[in-house]
Amino acid sequence: MDAATDNVITARNLTKRFGTFTAVDAISFEVRRGEIFGFLGANGAGKTTAMRMLCGLSLPTSGEGRVAGFDITDEAEKVKRNIGYMSQKFSLYEDLKVWENIRLFAGIYRVPDREIPIVGGAMLKRIGLADVRDNFVRDLPLGWKQRLAFSVAILHRPKVVFLDEPTGGVDPMARRDFWELIYEAAGSGITVFVTTHYMDEAEYCDRVSIMVDGRIAALDTPFELKKRYCTQSMDEVFRTLVRGEGKKGGARL
Amino acid sequence: MTGLGVEIKGVVKKYGTLKAVDDVSLRVSPGELFGIIGPDGAGKSTLFRMIATLLLPDSGKITIGDRDVVGDYRDVRSVLGYMPGKFSLYQDLTVRENLDFYASVFGTTVGENYHFISDIYRMLKPFEKRLARHLSGGMKQKLALCCSLIHRPQVLLLDEPTTGVDPVSRYEFWEILKRLSADGMTIIVSTPYMDEAYKCSRMAMMIGGKVIKEGTPDDIIAGYNGKLWKVSGREVYGMLLAVKAYCGVVSCDSFGDSLHVVVRDDIEGLRSYLREKGYDDVTVEATKPTVEDCFIELVRDGCSDR
Repeated sequence: MDAATDNVITARNLTKRFGTFTAVDAISFEVRRGEIFGFLGANGAGKTTAMRMLCGLSLPTSGEGRVAGFDITDEAEKVKRNIGYMSQKFSLYEDLKVWENIRLFAGIYRVPDREIPIVGGAMLKRIGLADVRDNFVRDLPLGWKQRLAFSVAILHRPKVVFLDEPTGGVDPMARRDFWELIYEAAGSGITVFVTTHYMDEAEYCDRVSIMVDGRIAALDTPFELKKRYCTQSMDEVFRTLVRGEGKKGGARL
Repeated sequence: MTGLGVEIKGVVKKYGTLKAVDDVSLRVSPGELFGIIGPDGAGKSTLFRMIATLLLPDSGKITIGDRDVVGDYRDVRSVLGYMPGKFSLYQDLTVRENLDFYASVFGTTVGENYHFISDIYRMLKPFEKRLARHLSGGMKQKLALCCSLIHRPQVLLLDEPTTGVDPVSRYEFWEILKRLSADGMTIIVSTPYMDEAYKCSRMAMMIGGKVIKEGTPDDIIAGYNGKLWKVSGREVYGMLLAVKAYCGVVSCDSFGDSLHVVVRDDIEGLRSYLREKGYDDVTVEATKPTVEDCFIELVRDGCSDR
């Protein structure tokens, strides 16, 4: 973390090119400690590519970034160790039991062996899944899986957790349960960087950025964004930006 | 085109001791755009797979027009398009190869039925040579839809077709569905997005393997029990916790930048409670329930074991 600014994520002209295609085009922003930052955009706008760079999984073509106090180009391994990550597509091993997943991920993130039963047990109790610790993850309802995956991703108390469409396909009740966990984590000082296609969830973020064709087309609080685009909902803000700016790029990918 | 009706009568499917689908009966008329919603594990996908002839019911009967999904499964498959929830395309084939493959499986060619999918395929055409795995979510869904339509089915089954799809692509996808339905195709679709459920002509809500509510979206909304209040203010999460702790609250759920609240008695009690708690910039107004409110109410009443 940059002590002087309290920023957990800083991106400066972060760019990624694949051949002649610029997937992420010189994006710059900061995310403060404990903030819930919504990272929105159309399919193919470059969100996942940007997120992979911030997680130390892909090197920027140009520009720079710092995450959790480390440089994403020169200290990618340290970045990986100091963040949490969860996505809708992959988070837990389906053919391992609940408890085995906890032990595996806690070990990967270097939670000391003797602490794993304590923090793991407390976590399961808190999210109400203590009774299923010996069940296979594949047998859990999706909403439970997602709650467990999130809690596993922050078990090592990272400074920031990256959530890539954590609630995709999750029903309205389970999504609300999930967001309570996000609020709790943010309240305890963990910075949350989250992508979503649910515009009601965009409202739950402290600030929201909207990516269009590799660039950040807008970044502000939901309140200010709605005011700026004279609309009642984030859904309309999103459509205005994506429809309006998407044209020159042709069909979105 | 004339669509075919789908009739589901007393269908049961058990996995071991678990009744995944528990005595479900539904009648979907030709040309209807019929939505199925429900929490995860409600039995929606199991029901879809039985309609799609991929899973045998333990008891009950499903007919597509006059074809039985068990006895006449070959006939059924020729009139049915099915887009499963998980990505159904071959990732290492190109856009065009996927489409050609699906056409050949159904004994037709892309050329023969191209006019039928041309509206959708036009958007994919510039990327014909791209591998399916390199498509974005919205494009994948459009390709999967093309693949499920290439044999000109009269009934289309879509299991959560827009999960992971951005709001603009979702809107486009539903415009396509409305057009297909207006042309006479019968469509049964499941979705976790309640705004999509509202676009259906009728819908069924499933919980624990059973259909617990069925009707037009407006019928479902009219069946909402409580008097609903919308509470808005600056600090929604703080208010959510405060209202949930209020003794007179029946339910309180976040809805974007506001809360939807049902109280036991007079709303004035909540107003003054919030003022006491220091929320003085709060507006409280009566509001109409949405399909999402109904969903939450039914899930809460219907399965307290969640």
